[in-house]
Amino acid sequence: MHAPDGFLNAGTAVATGAVSLGTVGLALRQVRERLKDKAVPLAGITAAFVFAAQMFNFPVAAGTTGHLLGAALAAILLGPSVGVVVVTIVVVVQSLVFADGGLTALGYNILNMAIVPAYGGYAVFRLFRRVLPKTGGGVIGATFLAAWASVVMSSMAFSVEWLFGATAPVSFDAVFAAMVGVHVLIGAGEAIISATAVGAVLASRADLVSGAADLNRRQLGDRRRVRTRTFAIAALMVSLVFAAIVSQFAIDDPDGLERVAEDTGFAESGSEHALADSIFADYATSGVGNEPLSLAIAGAVGTLVTLAVASGIFIGVRERRSRDPATV
Amino acid sequence: MAAEPKIVAAFLTVVAIALTPREAIWAFGVYAVLLVALVRIARIPYGFVMTRLVAVAPFVVFALFIPFVAGGERTEVIGVSVSIEGLWGAWNIYAKALLGASVSILLTATTEVSDVVRGLGVLRVPAVLTSIALFMVRYLELIADELGRMRVAMSARGYDPRWLSQVRPIANSAGALFVRSYERGERVHAAMLSRGFSGTMPALRHPTATATNWYAVILVTGAFWVIAVGAMVVA
Repeated sequence: MHAPDGFLNAGTAVATGAVSLGTVGLALRQVRERLKDKAVPLAGITAAFVFAAQMFNFPVAAGTTGHLLGAALAAILLGPSVGVVVVTIVVVVQSLVFADGGLTALGYNILNMAIVPAYGGYAVFRLFRRVLPKTGGGVIGATFLAAWASVVMSSMAFSVEWLFGATAPVSFDAVFAAMVGVHVLIGAGEAIISATAVGAVLASRADLVSGAADLNRRQLGDRRRVRTRTFAIAALMVSLVFAAIVSQFAIDDPDGLERVAEDTGFAESGSEHALADSIFADYATSGVGNEPLSLAIAGAVGTLVTLAVASGIFIGVRERRSRDPATV
Repeated sequence: MAAEPKIVAAFLTVVAIALTPREAIWAFGVYAVLLVALVRIARIPYGFVMTRLVAVAPFVVFALFIPFVAGGERTEVIGVSVSIEGLWGAWNIYAKALLGASVSILLTATTEVSDVVRGLGVLRVPAVLTSIALFMVRYLELIADELGRMRVAMSARGYDPRWLSQVRPIANSAGALFVRSYERGERVHAAMLSRGFSGTMPALRHPTATATNWYAVILVTGAFWVIAVGAMVVA
């Protein structure tokens, strides 16, 4: 995602440049306080590591490859401000030394690939550290989710910048859908690699992981898998975010069947749904005037109802089986 | 030649290219001619520049799709309907990305990595950033070496992971690689400290920028800016 020159217009380049400069400057102040003698080599090596890791592409979908971003990993290993500085250095050196990423695109490249995923990923990491058990396994789980989220956030940031500074008349919806869609897949690779890498570092040099600094040896050694209940809660949270927030960006164009129906003309022969007057018809809550809020409520309620019904069914099936001694 | 003038020239030139209105196709042609001349003067093999330009390829491919998916007025090209605005947008990205990348390649082909970083330091980039960058450059080779050794060890044991499904061993070795490289770096750093390393690398052969260097900068960037401003005025 190293954007070249001319990808976004001059105003956006200048604005994001100013934001990046300011943010990295602030991060540098924190870094100077925290960075003692020993830590400069560690920062350098993390930078080299992120750099080398970014060179490896892995296939995600037909004809598309993704590569590691590494910002969340750097933030979890070194702390968010040092992580931001490290990845910024990687991006700048890639642009200046390897011509990868335009010189005038540095503003938004740094914003998208260093600042947003490092700080955003670290925020998600801290959130899940609170929710997950306070063990080594919990740190790894949190890293997994934070890395995934950081990649998705990075692509969202790019799409928002396209909204303001597009140099070609491709709609925001199309760019958002394409970018975020692909990066949800790329995020899977980033999540697996980051989590496993942090796990390996935790196993041998746990002092190098600043995100696990609050754990004692016994807790670090506890690598039990995250419990099913915890996973279920996390999955529910993610589902709610998708249903309530990400759904706002869904494109309103008709789906395959509707489109064919309109084109060939049999759309008229469809009769109205029997429950067209229900509260949540058409994914909108009747009685709530604000459109995004109505969609969010409908999405959240739908998710919870589906969860309840599905859980009920599975619990019922499970109890039935255990009552019958013949089936195991 | 010192790096600071080249970095400043590269940056200012790319800004000029990026600001040029896309309708002034002649301007981009002149830029291309100027850049070819500079490549010639610097005695860089053309093939080298072309292979490096391939790195911009993914975005150029993206730019090729734009005329088909963009909105606005449409026209016909070889019987295929494309958007006029989209064609201009694709041309804009294509021209500026390639020319900008060429300028960057000019800079990187004529300046060593450590010189670039030191040049940045002379240009008042904070010492924290340049020292981390210098360490990064040193450790890149170290990591590449360790990675090579680990791959040899893996294939010697008959394991050749490639697909995404086998990413776990790769990621595990990535973590182990990190720790090994770090510990090696720690030992190197301790050795440097015990030999009197004060925190900054002594600049043994970093030349200082002469007045002639800066005149050359003004000449080259001036040429690009004159064309850019001319294009803006004419448009």
